[in-house]
Amino acid sequence: MIGVQGEDFDVGLQYQQLANNPRAGAIVFFVGTVRDMTDGQHVTELFLEHYPQMTETVLAQVVAQASEQWELIDVHLIHRVGKLSVNEQIVFVGVSAKHRKNAFAAAAYIMDQLKTCAPFWKKETRQGQSIWLEQRDSDVSAASQWFDH
Amino acid sequence: MITIRLFARLREQIGISQLQWPLDESIAVSALVKQLMDANGMWRHVAEHQVLCALNHQHVTFNAEVKPGDELAFFPPVTGG
Repeated sequence: MIGVQGEDFDVGLQYQQLANNPRAGAIVFFVGTVRDMTDGQHVTELFLEHYPQMTETVLAQVVAQASEQWELIDVHLIHRVGKLSVNEQIVFVGVSAKHRKNAFAAAAYIMDQLKTCAPFWKKETRQGQSIWLEQRDSDVSAASQWFDH
Repeated sequence: MITIRLFARLREQIGISQLQWPLDESIAVSALVKQLMDANGMWRHVAEHQVLCALNHQHVTFNAEVKPGDELAFFPPVTGG
């Protein structure tokens, strides 16, 4: 299940849906939220822009790659767009697999690809100023490690 | 014609989110960017280091060939997740 939406999501409901499968022995999920501070400056609001048609294509590709590589049973990926306040949920990545190693690896892989391939852009409001976030080198190296071997 | 789309910081710098551009035959993205810059200097932002492009919703390099009817997008490195 892949969703790109303005509205919030219910983590408990997502977990229940992933867990409701007798073949699943491991469920791993990650939730990203809006931080209140960047580079020592207070953040009051986050705006998320995306490229709708491409987002759909890229997310489907990432989920398909992960599902095949780690033999996943199910994947739930939800990414929010639009205006968000501090502490709000941004992203949910949840996977179910037979065993934990595959589930941990697949969830980490999907998040790393989200940070570097999916066409989303964050703009923060800090002390009244709107600033587009720059991509972090650490995100790029985290994503590339999956292809180093 | 092709459709050109801009996102995030680039959309704000150039002041356009989408436009139709006349194109009769295939051309490399890099050559198209030169045409755009010749038409309006604001397009220099597209030629900046690190700008990414996508052709029909797939990441491509500036060496890719654009053909009539395509949708080409330029944007800064992504920052989602």
